[in-house]
Amino acid sequence: MITVESLSKKYGGFAAVDNVSFTARPGRVTGFLGPNGAGKTTTMRIMVGLTPATSGSATVSGRRFADLPNPGLEVGVLLDASAQHAGRTGREILTVAQRTMGLPAARVDEILDLVSLTPTEAGRRVRNYSLGMRQRLGIAAALLGEPEVLILDEPANGLDPAGIRWMRDLLRGYADRGGTVLLSSHLLHEIEVIADDLVVIGNGRIVAQGTKAELLASAGTLVRTPDVPTLAQALTGAGVEFSTMTDALRVDADPDVVGRVALGAGVALTELRAAEGAGLEEMFLELTADTQREGVAA
Amino acid sequence: MSTTTVDTVDPGLTTRTKPTPARIPMSRLISVELRKSFDTRSGFWLMASIGILALVATGATILFAPSDELDYESFAAAIGFPMAVVLPIIAALLVTGEWSQRTGLTTFTLVPHRSRVITAKLAVTIGIGVVSMVVAVVIGALGNVLGTAITGTDTVWNVSAAELFYIIVANVLGMLVGFMFGVLLRNSAAAIVGYFVYSFALPPLTFLLAESQQWFKDLQPWVDFNYAQGYLFDGVMTGTYWAQVAVTSLVWLVIPLAVGLRLVLRSEVK
Repeated sequence: MITVESLSKKYGGFAAVDNVSFTARPGRVTGFLGPNGAGKTTTMRIMVGLTPATSGSATVSGRRFADLPNPGLEVGVLLDASAQHAGRTGREILTVAQRTMGLPAARVDEILDLVSLTPTEAGRRVRNYSLGMRQRLGIAAALLGEPEVLILDEPANGLDPAGIRWMRDLLRGYADRGGTVLLSSHLLHEIEVIADDLVVIGNGRIVAQGTKAELLASAGTLVRTPDVPTLAQALTGAGVEFSTMTDALRVDADPDVVGRVALGAGVALTELRAAEGAGLEEMFLELTADTQREGVAA
Repeated sequence: MSTTTVDTVDPGLTTRTKPTPARIPMSRLISVELRKSFDTRSGFWLMASIGILALVATGATILFAPSDELDYESFAAAIGFPMAVVLPIIAALLVTGEWSQRTGLTTFTLVPHRSRVITAKLAVTIGIGVVSMVVAVVIGALGNVLGTAITGTDTVWNVSAAELFYIIVANVLGMLVGFMFGVLLRNSAAAIVGYFVYSFALPPLTFLLAESQQWFKDLQPWVDFNYAQGYLFDGVMTGTYWAQVAVTSLVWLVIPLAVGLRLVLRSEVK
């Protein structure tokens, strides 16, 4: 269990993390979603004590990270798969971690097997690793001490589709055995297939959080029509909140309500459905629209 | 280790709960830090360079020193200089690697108390310093025996145990200076440059100042760290000399080290 309470981090006048609170629960995979520079990494770094918080607190299993006597056995951390001495072999990096935690040497071979790194690959120096191999090595290091909590920053970065599927199954099984997983991503489709709960962050603030099902449900209705202005006018008249896209609207109401409004206004529809799946993407873009660098491409 | 299944505080969820692990002992941190100083090619060759330089210096002394000057002091001096240059660099790199190579991200999450990691590194630094000096003393002794056997002259042992001890102290002090720069600057290149300026660029300047300013010449043993360390290499130490070494170390080594440690404990590990 990870509990973050009113966490803030200011650099001068800039708030990188602004009053962030959320909980990652055991048995669940919690996705930490946000555009680049939203504050995901800073939040995670504060959790593990690499960055001091300006105010607020973060605890893992009820304790501050610094109070864990042997953190590797309780929390698996992967913050940056490339932050390794390029001259060490993959096996050596795991051996250093294994020795620090005081685990039996055989654990290194077990974990290499688990992340599908061959003995030849493990004997190579990390400078010759692809990003995908570094991620596997980083996940191996995080899992080495059989921790109950995992904190992973962009672990799917650099993995091929098969690798992402592998990681999803790994983390799913891990959570099903009672583990707590917090993983971040700036890519919605990545997190959509793995996470049970979502915490969406933009500009250092949490903009939405809940179970994936809840967030999908609150995504409302997607309605497509060639005549957006007329429908928009009718929806305003009906007092329903909505946002417009090129040839569609996302409405904060059930499809039957939207259908009746469209019928009353005599607008022809090309599509009317609950905004699921792709709807989450629209939600993500919308939630982060005013905080995203590029803005939303219409 | 037994694994039990118990209810956690979170209702409705059972999770595998392990007994609270023991705190990582300092002895383990030291052995891990020692391993980390050898387990890369650059680290290994840097360590090997101590032995290699001692051998090269010994060989050069046998080949080039006049046979009447072939005594243990010549060997000690020939080996001592490269040691005094290389050991502080090793000390600095032991610390800066965590930042320059970004391994600190892993190190300081596995051991969230940075002061313990730095203490372990300090122990490794001093250990490497002492072992290197012992290796150097032995290689020098072998060179002395071998060299005088080749030239057919008498084997002269004109370095006392006390003098060897002073030289070891001086080299450990030098390593601590390197270590201090590592902690203070946390960047490999900057720490090495800092160390060179401190130990090789500053002494000629203070020498010039002492030559021209009498007040500085009088004060120099109490304010010039390099000057005070010179006594250790000269082989005669009085109470006053030790006091001068202690006073200058406090200002030039202990205080900047304390500032560096404070920065290390508070800074962000990127």
